[in-house]
Amino acid sequence: MKLNLRVWRQRGADAPGAMATYEVDNISADMSFLEMLDTLNEELILRGEDPVAFDHDCREGICGACSLVINGDAHGPERTTTCQLHMRSFADGDTIDIEPWRASAFPVIKDLVVDRSAFDRIIQAGGYISAPTGAAPEAHAAPVPKPDADFAFEHAECIGCGACVAACPNGSAMLFTSAKVNHLNVLPQGAPERETRVLDMVATMDAEGFGGCTLTGECATACPKGIPLPSIAAMNRQWLRANRKVRR
Amino acid sequence: MALATRTDNGSAVRKPPPKRSFWGSTVGKKVVMAVSGLLMLGYLVAHVMGNLKVFFGPAEFNEYGHWLRTMGAPVLHQEWALWIVRVVLLAAVVAHAVSAYQLSKRDIKARPKKYVHQRKRASYATRTMRWGGIIVALFIVWHILDLTTLTVNENAQPGRPYENVVATFSTWYGNVIYITAMLAIGLHIRHGFWSAAQTLGVGSASRDRALKAIANGLALVLTAGFIAVPVAVMTGVVS
Repeated sequence: MKLNLRVWRQRGADAPGAMATYEVDNISADMSFLEMLDTLNEELILRGEDPVAFDHDCREGICGACSLVINGDAHGPERTTTCQLHMRSFADGDTIDIEPWRASAFPVIKDLVVDRSAFDRIIQAGGYISAPTGAAPEAHAAPVPKPDADFAFEHAECIGCGACVAACPNGSAMLFTSAKVNHLNVLPQGAPERETRVLDMVATMDAEGFGGCTLTGECATACPKGIPLPSIAAMNRQWLRANRKVRR
Repeated sequence: MALATRTDNGSAVRKPPPKRSFWGSTVGKKVVMAVSGLLMLGYLVAHVMGNLKVFFGPAEFNEYGHWLRTMGAPVLHQEWALWIVRVVLLAAVVAHAVSAYQLSKRDIKARPKKYVHQRKRASYATRTMRWGGIIVALFIVWHILDLTTLTVNENAQPGRPYENVVATFSTWYGNVIYITAMLAIGLHIRHGFWSAAQTLGVGSASRDRALKAIANGLALVLTAGFIAVPVAVMTGVVS
């Protein structure tokens, strides 16, 4: 199929950017969205032009590297990552708008690549557990009730792609932060830092310049891993509890 | 997952987490909004019940109006209870507005660049929270000048609330302002009540449907209850 692409081009972090129009032909419906962009980049390189920069890594939907807003939707029209989006979701002759994640906490580095290291700093603030080094402990030493294990696993699915921030009209990172807090706070392994984790991760989230949550629900709709919106309420519950328990 | 990172601002160096604070946090400000909002919502429930007494005639409604001033007697002096309610409500309005202003400012700053490809986001009630809040705030000013101080109410008679209500809703602008504001309040409550539950950590997947039903029910009952009075005056049921 033949497609018209309108792609955000920006030479560097401080350079002004604009949408540029490209035409790509001979696109197979079985190609992934990123393979379609690879096709475009091959043509651009042959023509001696600068290829479009975009983040990608595993291309199997588990690393969270790909990050494109396609026709106004983070990761495009299907509920999956951009790398797992296939061209069969589009029709011949379509015009597709491709933009980077937009949030002041995620500055554009080049074209469609943004700096998501703010997420790393939120993780550094508390997204870990205190574990003794040495041999792995016996698996049955710390019993975990099944509902807690399921809850933890549901939140552990977050791959930190940042689609929640990109979709949120306030550029808020509440869904990401809540996934990480809930994942560890519900487990006995995460118990020693239960209060400091949520307080420090929320404080870092705010310091990184993410917006506040207005419960629009756009984040949970965009999330390729299906982190549910009530996660945010669960983190708020943890945050209020920590405020009662911890002296500053 | 961050592949490329900034190297010029020392982001590779691990910094201690920023200071923990309640009011300085977006979550803390939301908690203040939720608590002050619920306080005002509780007041609205009492308010609408009082309003509906208008259907039992001028004698009963005016008696209720006078009771509001002697409420709490003989423990409290004349109008003391009323002033306590007013002070608490004013504090709630100020807390709600200040946190809304600070959070909105922050939210707009966090998303400075809009997407070229726009699409409709979130529900109508959610998208109109800010403008709806401003409309309701302006309405409260008008409402106090109209029916408390009687400044803008022509044909007003001090101490006769029933007659003043009829006078207000006998003007076209009185009806338009009031009904518009009540629709705005309904939408505001619809998203606000459910949001407050999430902010206070009450929300969960299993309670979500119940919370949404309560939010919609409250919004509907309050809006219908308030609008019933101008409609009754317009149709001559109350005169």
